[in-house]
Amino acid sequence: MNMKLMSMKKITALVLILSALMTAPAQAVLTIEITKGVDAGIPIAIVPFSWSGAAVAGDSMSNIIEADLTRSGRFESIPSTDFLQQPHTAKQVRFKDWRLIKADNLVVGSIEQSGADTYQVKFQLLDVFTGRTLTGYQYNVQSNKLRTVAHQISDIIYEKLTGEKGAFNTKVAYVTVERTNKGKRYLLQVADSDGFAPQTILDSHQPLMSPAWSPDAKKLAYVSFEKKRSMIYLQRLSDGKRENIASFKGINSAPAFSPDGTKLAFVSSKEGNTEIYVIDLRTRAIKRLTNHHGIDTEPSWLPDGRGLVFTSSRSGQPQVYQMNVDGTGVKRLTYTGNYNARPSISPNGKLMVMISRGNGRFHVAVLNLRNKEFTKLTDTRLDESPSFAPNGRMVLYATEQNNKGVLAAVSADGRVRQSLKFLQGDVREPAWSPYLRRQ
Amino acid sequence: MKKTSQLVLIILLAGMVAVSGCNKKNRKAEGADMGDGVSASGTGTEFGPDGKPLGDWQDGSSGDMLSQTTILFAYDSSEMDSESQAIAEAHATFLRDNSSINVVLEGHADERGTREYNLALGERRAQSVADVFMALGVNALNIEIVSYGEENPVADGHDDSAWRLNRRVEIRYDR
Repeated sequence: MNMKLMSMKKITALVLILSALMTAPAQAVLTIEITKGVDAGIPIAIVPFSWSGAAVAGDSMSNIIEADLTRSGRFESIPSTDFLQQPHTAKQVRFKDWRLIKADNLVVGSIEQSGADTYQVKFQLLDVFTGRTLTGYQYNVQSNKLRTVAHQISDIIYEKLTGEKGAFNTKVAYVTVERTNKGKRYLLQVADSDGFAPQTILDSHQPLMSPAWSPDAKKLAYVSFEKKRSMIYLQRLSDGKRENIASFKGINSAPAFSPDGTKLAFVSSKEGNTEIYVIDLRTRAIKRLTNHHGIDTEPSWLPDGRGLVFTSSRSGQPQVYQMNVDGTGVKRLTYTGNYNARPSISPNGKLMVMISRGNGRFHVAVLNLRNKEFTKLTDTRLDESPSFAPNGRMVLYATEQNNKGVLAAVSADGRVRQSLKFLQGDVREPAWSPYLRRQ
Repeated sequence: MKKTSQLVLIILLAGMVAVSGCNKKNRKAEGADMGDGVSASGTGTEFGPDGKPLGDWQDGSSGDMLSQTTILFAYDSSEMDSESQAIAEAHATFLRDNSSINVVLEGHADERGTREYNLALGERRAQSVADVFMALGVNALNIEIVSYGEENPVADGHDDSAWRLNRRVEIRYDR
C-alpha cells in the first residue's frame, strides 16, 4: 500500500524562495520536500495578498500559507496561474470564476503598512459553492511577526476546513552537527515548524541530545556533554538563562516534562544502574520510579500525567512498558518484534509512536493503544527520536539520507511523508513544541 | 627481567599521562573561543600508546595487551570475549600495581537504535570492563566510568565495518 501511494504526488514546497522579509542565515534553513502525499486533498485557492509598504511582499504571506497547508497533506492547492481574477476582499470575488477552476475554498487578503514598522493584515476564507465567508481576521503587527501571522492564518484555515486544530504556528527544536577545523560543532536550535527563523540555543563542541519542551513552550531541557559526561540542563528560551538539573555520578539523561510542567522525569545511573527518576522542579525532591537490573530509560508521560511509558531491557531486549506515576503497575505494551524503544504518546492518548526494528532496519512504528494494532510508518533504516505534533496529526523524527542526518515527518496514519533537509551538516534529535500562546 | 620490564612500562605509561596532559591543555586553549564546555572530542586514538616500542621490549604478552586501549563488543551486548578479557586483565594488573594512576573507561555504542538506550548500553560496556578491573583488585576510586552512547563514533560510516569499531570501550589514562 505504501509503495502505491508513494508515487502519487511529489511536491517541493518552495520555502527557500518565500521572501526577503524573513531574515534567517542562509546556511541554517531547512528545506522541506514532500516525498509522499495523497491526491485527495481539499482543493483550495490562495490568492496572493495585496500589499503596500517597503519591507513586505504580499505573495510571501500567501506562499507561507500555501506551503503550510500543502505540507499537511490534507489540501490540494490550485496553482495561481489558473486564477481568472486576483481579488483581495470577499466583495471583489466573482465566485463563478472559482467554481470554474474547481476551487472549493478561497483565501483572499491584504497587507497594509499602518506605521513605521507596523502592518495591518486582513484575510478571509470563502466557501466558493455557497459564496459565504467562513471566517475572517485582522492583525496589527510588526514586520518581524508577519511569518507568525501567516502560520496563525494557516491554523485558522486548517481548523475551519478539517475540524481539527492546526499546528503550523509551533516550533521545532533540534540539534545540528557540523565538522569544523576544531572538531565537531553541535548547535541546539529552535525554528518555526516550517524550518524558518532558526535560533541557536546552545553552541558546544561536545555532543548535545534529547531536547524536551516544557508544556508552556518556554523552556527546553536537554542533555549536554560539555563537562565531558552527560548532564541535564534546563534553559529558558526568552533570555537563555539556564541551570544544571542533574549532574549525578554516571548517566544523566532523557529529560521529559510532566504535562503540568511541575516535574521532570529523567534517567540516572547514580545508584549503579540505569533507572528512571522524577524530580519536582520546585522542591527539587527526587523520587526513583524503576528498580530493575535491566536498562530502564526514555521515559515519556501519558497526557493525563498519571503514568509514564518507557523503554526497558528487562525482558532481554528493549521493549516499551507503562507504569503509574509512583512506579507501580508496570506492564509491557509492545510484543511485535524484538526491539521497540523511545516511546511517545499522542496528545489524545490513543496512539504511541516508537522506534522499532524489523528486518534489521530501525523505523518509526505506531501502536494503537486501544485495539493494539501495530503499524510500521516508515521504511527507512536508521530512524530515531519520533515526536508528535501537538495536534497529533504528524510525527517528526530523525533519519539518515545519503550519509547525512535529516529530519522527516510522517502523518500518524502513514499517508503523508516529508523530509526536512539542512543545507549543511547533520540535523538530528527533533522535538515538536507544544501549542504556543497566541502572540 | 620481569621487574625491569614492569619499570619500563610504568615509565612509559607515566610519560603517556604527562604527554596527554599537555595535549589536553593545548586543545583547551585552541577551542577556547568556541564557547562553554569546549574541548577535544575524545576518540582517544591519538593519545594512546602505539604499542610498538613495548612489543619490541617485551617477551611476554602483557605489554602488547597494554598497548591495546580499545575493547570491542558485539551488537547490543556488554559481554567481553576472551581477547577483550585478556586486554582488560592486562590493564587491571597494571593499575593494581600502580595505585596512583587513575583510569577512565569510556563506553560507546554504534548508531543503530535509539540514542538514550545506546547511552545506557555504553555505560554497561564500560561497567563490564570496570568489573574485570575491580575483580582483579583495582581500587574502584581509581576508575571513572563515562558513556557517550552513539554520540562519539570513531568510524563515520553507516555500515557493519564502521559499527563494529564504534561498539567499544576506550581505556584512557589521559584525563
